[in-house]
Amino acid sequence: MGIDTRERFDVIVVGGGPAGAAAAYRLAQAGVKVLLLERGQYSGAKNMMGGRIYTHSLEALIPDFRERAPLERQVMKERISIAENGHMTTVEYVQSEVPQNEESYVVLRSKFDKWLAQEAEKQGALLICNVQVTELLVHQSSVNAKPQVIGVRCDDDEVYADLVIVAEGANTLLLEQAGLCAAPDPHALAVGVKETYKLAKSALEDRCGLMPDQGMAWLTLGDLTAGLMGGGFVYTNKDSVSVGLVVGLDKIGSVETTVEDMLLKFQAYPAVAQLLKGAQLKEHSAHLVPEGGYHSMPRLGGPGYVVVGDAARMCMNLGYTIRGMDLAIGSGMLAADAYLAAMGEGDSSKTASHYRHMVHHSWLGKDLELYRHFPSFLGGTDRIFQVYPQFVNDIMKDVFTINDAGATPIMGKLLHRVEQVGMKELMIDALKGVRAL
Amino acid sequence: MELLVCIKQVPDTSEIKLDPETNNLIRTGLPSIVNPFDMHALEAALVVKDAHSDSHITVISMGPPQAEDALRECLALGADDAVLITDRAFGGADTLATSYTIASAIRHVQTKQGKPFDMIFCGKQAIDGDTAQVGPQIAEELGIPNVTYVCDIKLDTNEAGKPVTVVTREHDLGYEVVQATLPVLVTATLALNEPRVPTLWQSIYAKRYAIEHITVNDMEVDKERLGLGGSPTRVRKVYQPPLRAKVVMMDGSVADMATQVVNMARTVKGGATHE
Repeated sequence: MGIDTRERFDVIVVGGGPAGAAAAYRLAQAGVKVLLLERGQYSGAKNMMGGRIYTHSLEALIPDFRERAPLERQVMKERISIAENGHMTTVEYVQSEVPQNEESYVVLRSKFDKWLAQEAEKQGALLICNVQVTELLVHQSSVNAKPQVIGVRCDDDEVYADLVIVAEGANTLLLEQAGLCAAPDPHALAVGVKETYKLAKSALEDRCGLMPDQGMAWLTLGDLTAGLMGGGFVYTNKDSVSVGLVVGLDKIGSVETTVEDMLLKFQAYPAVAQLLKGAQLKEHSAHLVPEGGYHSMPRLGGPGYVVVGDAARMCMNLGYTIRGMDLAIGSGMLAADAYLAAMGEGDSSKTASHYRHMVHHSWLGKDLELYRHFPSFLGGTDRIFQVYPQFVNDIMKDVFTINDAGATPIMGKLLHRVEQVGMKELMIDALKGVRAL
Repeated sequence: MELLVCIKQVPDTSEIKLDPETNNLIRTGLPSIVNPFDMHALEAALVVKDAHSDSHITVISMGPPQAEDALRECLALGADDAVLITDRAFGGADTLATSYTIASAIRHVQTKQGKPFDMIFCGKQAIDGDTAQVGPQIAEELGIPNVTYVCDIKLDTNEAGKPVTVVTREHDLGYEVVQATLPVLVTATLALNEPRVPTLWQSIYAKRYAIEHITVNDMEVDKERLGLGGSPTRVRKVYQPPLRAKVVMMDGSVADMATQVVNMARTVKGGATHE
């Protein structure tokens, strides 16, 4: 057996996360010769996402995923908390039934991504792990011609294909190096930190008030991020809890508090502390999170390449719900479909334009576009993180406080609090927020 | 040169977990890796191949079918061929039965390829058993010289113009330089080299490679010397040493704490009681 370095592939997928694996799965299923490259020991080995997946796009890819995918718990309980100086106001919503295409699950990515990449392999994709792509190979036929991606380089080895699907994740080093996207704006990036605590299944369910195998997603905003854009999260795994926070990068140097202190502050809130009591810390991790949404998306493709998933900054943070994995899988599938459509016309060079068109005319592009103003609203409205957490908890305090100073009508208390934060600003922010949604 | 590397798939001890109730090692779900010392043995073979491009590297391992993963890792790093010695008949083997089995398989491979191995590389020991016996015992069984704990390897020719290897051995008190004629078996230490990383084309080659299995029926062996039956030693029990008594943190002035220590020493069971 010899090594044929002249072997070509139809498609090379760079990155074995959900976006890349979904693309490879779909392509291999259609008989395309696809090489899926993952730099970790296995897919998911380097992932630290919280995390929750809305499974509508996964279901379109693998209809019987419920029987096969490593899912931790189905999210049936949503919690949103607003925290300030030890006070916490929480809204909790419990669902009794969820239609199949609206389900969401907590997953551990080291298991989930590994599984999805193996599924792509079963379809016939050639999955190679433990090899890092160091460069996108770009060919420029003349000075004025558009650069064309013709393959990838892994240190000294080169490999060529008709199409390269860039699924390199939030750190777009390859795209930037090839001049195919600008370095990300710090406004459009956040840092995520996460700790995983081992907790017995029954203790976890008792503490969160969950039925067996059901899960909870809990987001918190407030003073834990020291006034910066961001918030805390808690997700329930089978027998562990993921606790962490995400905080915007652009002003992170302007506060004294370290990210570590922010996490400690979050975990010191009684509701969180009680959940973690006696639980054993198993992991901690940190990673970049794209937060910019629609407006921060790079060009989605060009000659010889398309960009999918986090690399395309396909991520939506609406404060009360966070999406990334469903968009990643959806974009990977569209990239595959675009290639198949182009090949159907006998011209693979049409892939990028098909892909851009398909993204913008599918739920994926429409959802991203609909909420396009939300990232700038969140990032540009400091009061959400600096003023309103106290405002909300003050109102709660007024409502529930009884003393011997004589009662005041609720309306009066409320108006007093509104005056404290400024009626006009409150109305403006509320309107801006609602319109961004 | 015909080069052979002997490797073992071992549990990744950096990820070892203990059962919190029983304090026993949890083996299920433990990721498997190539024994780290064996990676240095492979690298030593790759270095020889870099210098003598007509060389050919075979990697051999004994273990269950899933040990193929470990062999593939070696192929991805640059080995040319891989062979797995696998059969239920080999199960429960101690180091003597293991080295007899591996040596028999090596003879089988040599006969098949019509060429003997010039150099055999092993790790100095496996991180799960820590015996450091299998390498030297393979050499013993094959009747070839062996040099253990090697931290440097040079190839040379002797006065008679025959190829020899000059190797440096690690000692507690220094180094020992040994010259040996080929064929030779060496066991590698961590200081020998820095293992390389896998390359793309070699990884693709590794993924597609069909690994040959050698079973008990493929080899000419004395079945009495295989597996549990061929093992003169038995592991009776594996246990964690009992935890030491509880640690007590003291505070107070240095003089106070010194007094406390003296008092504690006096009350230690079986300790001195004189004033």
